[in-house]
Amino acid sequence: MSANVTNTTDPHLSAGSLYKPADVTLLTLELMAQIDFILESYAMDPTRLVGMLLEIQDVTPKQYLPKEIAVYVGDKLDLPLSRVYDVISFYEALSDVPRADIVIQFCDSVVCKVTGSHKLKVALEGILGIKAGESTKDGKYHLESAPCFGACDISPAIRINGVVYGPLKTEEAVRDVLARFEKGGSLHG
Amino acid sequence: MDNTVSFITKHFDKYDPDNLASFQAIGGFNGLKHALGLTPAALIQIITDSGIQGRGGAAYSTGLKWKQAAAVPGEDKVVICNADEGEPCTFKDRTLMEKDPFRLLEGMAIAGYAVGAKHGYIYLREEYRHLRPRLQNAIDQARAGRWLGNHIQDTNFNFDITLYSGAGAYVCGEGSTLIESMEGKSGRPRIKPPFIKECGLFQKPTLVNNVETLAAAAAIMDYGADAFKAFGTEKSPGTKLISLAGNVRRPGAYEIPFGMTLRAIIETIGGGLEEGRTLRLLQLGGASGSIAPASFLDTPYTYEDLAKAGLDVGSGGILVVDDRTSVIEFLESIQNFFIHESCGKCTPCREGNRQIGRIVARYAAGTPRPDDLETARRFAEIMSSCSFCGLGETAQSALLSAMRHFPEAFKLGAFVEGLEAGAGAKANATAAGVAARETIGKHSFEGERGERV
Repeated sequence: MSANVTNTTDPHLSAGSLYKPADVTLLTLELMAQIDFILESYAMDPTRLVGMLLEIQDVTPKQYLPKEIAVYVGDKLDLPLSRVYDVISFYEALSDVPRADIVIQFCDSVVCKVTGSHKLKVALEGILGIKAGESTKDGKYHLESAPCFGACDISPAIRINGVVYGPLKTEEAVRDVLARFEKGGSLHG
Repeated sequence: MDNTVSFITKHFDKYDPDNLASFQAIGGFNGLKHALGLTPAALIQIITDSGIQGRGGAAYSTGLKWKQAAAVPGEDKVVICNADEGEPCTFKDRTLMEKDPFRLLEGMAIAGYAVGAKHGYIYLREEYRHLRPRLQNAIDQARAGRWLGNHIQDTNFNFDITLYSGAGAYVCGEGSTLIESMEGKSGRPRIKPPFIKECGLFQKPTLVNNVETLAAAAAIMDYGADAFKAFGTEKSPGTKLISLAGNVRRPGAYEIPFGMTLRAIIETIGGGLEEGRTLRLLQLGGASGSIAPASFLDTPYTYEDLAKAGLDVGSGGILVVDDRTSVIEFLESIQNFFIHESCGKCTPCREGNRQIGRIVARYAAGTPRPDDLETARRFAEIMSSCSFCGLGETAQSALLSAMRHFPEAFKLGAFVEGLEAGAGAKANATAAGVAARETIGKHSFEGERGERV
């Protein structure tokens, strides 16, 4: 397949694909250039696929890896699509479904559990108006649980787009952190 | 915060971790300088003399590991720093890389010189992505300062370091799985043999060491094996970075000499529990470690004393759990973690964790079946003897130790009593279940230390 993956007749996006047609236009020329830059910064070394995909996911809108990007990366690195999906589907930090502009992860491991992660989860769900694993309708926030991210000294903790905040023991503390990301006024309550 | 020491952590807050010059100003890279003046064999002898054991959890003699790695034939060997610190309640490697990244590079270069490797790799977990720029900057500056690269400090020793990233898989902390991930694949363990020391990353002879082990090796080369052995006990020489967390007032990563009691660690370093709370249990070494009741608090923190008590230093995590969490709730959380993190390659781990998870959930709901305890124990034993890698072998440590120390938590009648003591009515079953769990939890804490039921 050529690099011209914005083509809607892409044979990889066959009928019955799980991916919505809207995704087809996702791989813009600008994003393609960003991906190329990332791949080149890793010297196009296919052994560094895990790190590349993480960085590509970071620059992709809604922080996920749609099929057309997986195809594009596989093509560039001369890897079969199954190899790319072996990695995307295995690792917790890589998502093949759209998330949101701001991904909020709360730790559900044992340390945060004994320091009060349940209260934190309830507060987050209440403030955002969504359950864990869901995104807000405006596509701004995505809430998900995550296994221990090594911030047990400031437990209970959350990560917002990869940055850790804690300890968050009260709803006010949670609101204060989220307010830093509040620009469009889409936080409820 | 007395009782802590600084050997591995001596450089903490003494220099700007983003600036090589400030590191050199406090005597940085002295350990490497010293090492390069020795033969690899003499260097390995110093590490062996120090008695240091691997800090990732397996506690294998670092000197012996290096000696074996050096003996493997091959021109092109590699050193991997395992910075995939995934055990819950473990964050000491993060602290080390945040505060003293150059020490880690120094340790890796020393290890490379010792075993005859030309290339080093750091496998950094995704969760520590904020450390990527710091480590990359340290690598770049060290290379510019000729502490990495070709002809390090005008010697014939060539060694360079590349930074790799994980993507959130606990199982990648296992050596061969980490290597699979570094080859751009999903993280599933390899069958052994061939052992990774002979055929590891890119089929090259590979030495894998934990962050703390490498930093400690650099400190030992800097200050000497005797200075290290001045701390600790005869069988557990030196110091250890611990990650103290949970229901203590001052959670954090601390360096302690081996030999302190768990009570001293929790009370004098951790500041003790919150007012009015009592200790339910301790878990040592992360989620894959055993748990113990308060009666174990006077156990000294050494490899040998903990082993006698059925515990393990493991990753160095010390999780303190007070009476707000019941034993069953605790186990449920641990079990959910392992269900999530099992890679699915082997059946004992994949299915065993799932089935034990169902049983623990039934206990949590107050509806265990009469044979559940026996079934869980049987599955746990199959897992520890038949799993493919360390994850499945150790996943049930908490469960089995809970059965030993907290048999009351698994008694069938206890739930009925708890329910009767609660509201009793069916409509209130959930609330009563919670009350029952709390009651049972208290019983288990106050009860005598039970033998295996």
